[in-house]
Amino acid sequence: MLASSLNTLQQRLLENFQHNLPLSPTPYAAMAEQLGVDEAQVIAALADLRDKKVISRIGPVFKPHRIGTSTLAAMSVAKQDLSATAAFINSLPEVNHNYAREHQYNLWFVLTATDDAHLRAVISMIENKTGISVMSLPMLHEFHIDLGFELNHS
Amino acid sequence: MLDKIDRALIQATQAGLPLTTQPYHTLAEQLGICAEEVIQRLQTMLDSGIIRRIGVVPNHYALGYQANGMTVWDVESEHVDELGTQIGALDFVSHCYQRPRHLPEWSFNLFAMVHGKSRSEVEHKMEQIAVLLGTHCHQYQILYSSRILKKSGLRLI
Repeated sequence: MLASSLNTLQQRLLENFQHNLPLSPTPYAAMAEQLGVDEAQVIAALADLRDKKVISRIGPVFKPHRIGTSTLAAMSVAKQDLSATAAFINSLPEVNHNYAREHQYNLWFVLTATDDAHLRAVISMIENKTGISVMSLPMLHEFHIDLGFELNHS
Repeated sequence: MLDKIDRALIQATQAGLPLTTQPYHTLAEQLGICAEEVIQRLQTMLDSGIIRRIGVVPNHYALGYQANGMTVWDVESEHVDELGTQIGALDFVSHCYQRPRHLPEWSFNLFAMVHGKSRSEVEHKMEQIAVLLGTHCHQYQILYSSRILKKSGLRLI
């Protein structure tokens, strides 16, 4: 799915509404008014973007570490155990992202919890259950301010 | 500080706002508060920086940026603030974080996610970062994701 295969309204929605979704009682109508189309067209275009997974959702993006605590965790898992270990990690409610990566550390996931004690407990539990140590790399400083993603980025 | 209703509201928005004419009313009904309060609380979290933005959240992969690489850099600690700020400002870097080293097995303290349409494009961008870091960076690597195993919204446990 390339940006060029989106219709004009969908491209305009992506260009104009990665921020500033109106906090009005009828936000899609407010967006439609800004773009000179009908509310129903905006809703249909957004539903299509969502169904095609061009957007993951419409809603607030939270600043990391402002609610609860999190860490980036990495494990070095034997190739034959990777699927089973990944399935176990995915089953944990504290995990929201999990990626297999081409590296000696081949499993990378984000753990999120309301406090550090819970985070440490989950890490110990994973280590006990898998017999593999977990390298925990919490964010110390964020340098990039996520302002969204440009479609015409080349 | 966030109260219980804020947390419930955050949770309720993680699957995405409903595509109904009055999405904040739909959330309000779920939470047992009025829509005006939902809007007011979202505005307060936006003003205080807890919420960075409210909008459509694109999926980079679906937009053709399939060759995303996590680049990791071993940067001299005394220069990491200054250099991290420069790397974070590059338009092809979507996230840039300082993280602790984990010696002896992991000496990389700066992470930058680089997006491109091909691996060669991503590697070309990585070289631009390497030039910018110069001799203050002692080694670097790129980790491509071979599979997304799980990706869901934030949950509060």
